[in-house]
Amino acid sequence: MRQSASIRLSLAFVLVAFVCLLFADLQISTSNPWQELGRLALGVVTPDFAAVDYLGKAVIRTLAFAFVGVALGAGGGFMLALCFRHRVIRAGCAIIRAVHELFWALLFLQCFGLHPLTGVLAIAIPYAGIFAKVYAEILDETDPEPAHALPASSGRLSTLLYTRLPLAWSHLVSYTAYRLECGLRSSAVLGFIGMPTLGYYLESSFAQGHYSSVGALLLIFYVLIATLKLWVRPRLLPLYLMAAPFLLGSGLPIAWSNVSRFLTQDVIPAPIRSGEGIAGLGPWLGDLLTDQALPGILNTLLLTQIALVLTGALALLLFPLVSSHFTRRLSGTAGHMVLVILRSTPEYLLAFILLQLWGPSMLPAVVALAIHNGGIIGHLIGQRSNTLRLRPDAPHGVERYAYEVVPRLYGPFLALLFYRWEIIMRETAILGILGVATLGFYIDSAIQEIRIDRALVLILITALLNIGIDSLARHLRARLRLRYRANSRQGC
Amino acid sequence: MTSLTLHEVVADYGEGRVLGPLSLTLSPGERVALVGKSGAGKSTLLHLMYSHWRHRNAALIPQQLGLVDTLSTFHNVYMGGLPRHSIHHNLITLARPFRRDIDAIFPLLERLEIADKCWNRAGELSGGQRQRIAAARALYQAGSVLLADEPVSSLDGPQAAAAMTALTETYDTAVLAMHDVELALRFCDRVIGIDQGTIALDQPSRRLATSDVLPLYAS
Repeated sequence: MRQSASIRLSLAFVLVAFVCLLFADLQISTSNPWQELGRLALGVVTPDFAAVDYLGKAVIRTLAFAFVGVALGAGGGFMLALCFRHRVIRAGCAIIRAVHELFWALLFLQCFGLHPLTGVLAIAIPYAGIFAKVYAEILDETDPEPAHALPASSGRLSTLLYTRLPLAWSHLVSYTAYRLECGLRSSAVLGFIGMPTLGYYLESSFAQGHYSSVGALLLIFYVLIATLKLWVRPRLLPLYLMAAPFLLGSGLPIAWSNVSRFLTQDVIPAPIRSGEGIAGLGPWLGDLLTDQALPGILNTLLLTQIALVLTGALALLLFPLVSSHFTRRLSGTAGHMVLVILRSTPEYLLAFILLQLWGPSMLPAVVALAIHNGGIIGHLIGQRSNTLRLRPDAPHGVERYAYEVVPRLYGPFLALLFYRWEIIMRETAILGILGVATLGFYIDSAIQEIRIDRALVLILITALLNIGIDSLARHLRARLRLRYRANSRQGC
Repeated sequence: MTSLTLHEVVADYGEGRVLGPLSLTLSPGERVALVGKSGAGKSTLLHLMYSHWRHRNAALIPQQLGLVDTLSTFHNVYMGGLPRHSIHHNLITLARPFRRDIDAIFPLLERLEIADKCWNRAGELSGGQRQRIAAARALYQAGSVLLADEPVSSLDGPQAAAAMTALTETYDTAVLAMHDVELALRFCDRVIGIDQGTIALDQPSRRLATSDVLPLYAS
């Protein structure tokens, strides 16, 4: 019965995705997309590290923003985790983490300009919301007995420091380290909106058609992420953290008049600012909802559902690459390489590249989302499959895939896919900045027109949409009794 | 110290009643052995006592010991004294213990023969060693009453006797759940037998022989 329920649900999702396809704009508009792809591939295999004299600076800035942002986020998140019991804190954290770091960056850009504070806060704030939730979960999962056995009146802080914190420490550290990898990606992507990180140089190299520079930048990025475990050591961490704030660069000075204008005028809804009062608020909001929010929501949902199904399909196709049931030693290593590259490329970066190659439509966004998320789920499912013990005379090849492995992994697979549903939607909204007409497109346009009041309403709607999808996914997981404990917290 | 009392307490698990209603009074200087077969409600009764008496500086040795595996033996024992020190003192001790506290704790560990494991993580140690850490924590706490659930079950004869001697010297008021009846009679002056969640026996131990307690263990 349970089997068939999850199959029915999957089919429903596929059906919805097909209906969405009818309304989606998926054309390739560039005259010669494959030639562009060929030039890019050539650039990646002939990277020109010498052409980028700013390479060292780009790397250092990317690292500095990631370290400072994640450190502040972790510190703030830990404080929030300690009072996560309060409903207000929980709701606040849900909202700040439902707003993508690029949206935060766009807002702070209006406020602080190209000052490092913009990039740092854009990472720190949403990360604090995520850290708060996960840290609180980790602390809650610790054994309560040691705290119970302490003498009465040991004090809340001492109790925490002596029992729950040391018990949870290794989990907290490994999650934070994982999050640092996410922070590195976020930091690189912040370059696309003007921070001095890798994305900035990537965008300008693309604009100038320097594909060898693009290749060099991409390779550097992969190497940074792949070698993270080698150079992020507990002993070196204090050194990095102390150095990072001084390596952010000076950017442009903050114009305090901008900050005060932002806070006292820009964020106030237009009708109130112009003296129409509360009465003008209704029509203003009505126009905003019908002209921008509604089409934005529809496109976001459309793209999300297509990307979700494609992600699932891709993950099911890719996981044998890293599963010991289908690979030998050598092919397994190659498979791991492929999946590492797929999942460590940020969606935004992929979408940006594909957009350059194929021209503007939903296609680059869908493919980018599917590749990145399919890579992550494929990797996790592949790992999970390695824990399966098959009978010695189990069939091989396609039959093994269809009869032995997939049926056993389908539950965890769906659970993971639902975990990523919200993440895919958050990214879908963001990809609007690149020109796809999702919510991000309208938010970006509103900000370009310095209509921050509109942008804020749209960002709030996006956040609520994410929270809604998240609770729907949780509901579906609970109903199908899908669980995926290990690694379920992995997701940038 | 005034007497410790429980009045008509009950414990439910789900729909079913696992303990009580029962009442009892513990006078200062009284050491009680809780006996009875497993599942009779000894642990439940101890936890009830702890929740009622915790704020009168009761020390607890739970059956699962309540150790923090990632901290050293020293720190696990030091935890018994958290309320005696300021928060700064506790914070610094986590990184670098004070000589004064080491000098206070080391003799306790020596007495229980685990001084050589002072700086080992609790999680690395054997069941018997861990049980002695929990005992040392209770000794260091030096509360007004000790509530211990099978505190020496993983220790061999002489070690068990040594640990019991140390505990009873520090705590003249105590409730100890014991499955070793002989040990219970030797170190306690009152025996309370629990059967099916109620008090089936309550006698001074000098009036009891091992054979008097055994019926509690029969089905």
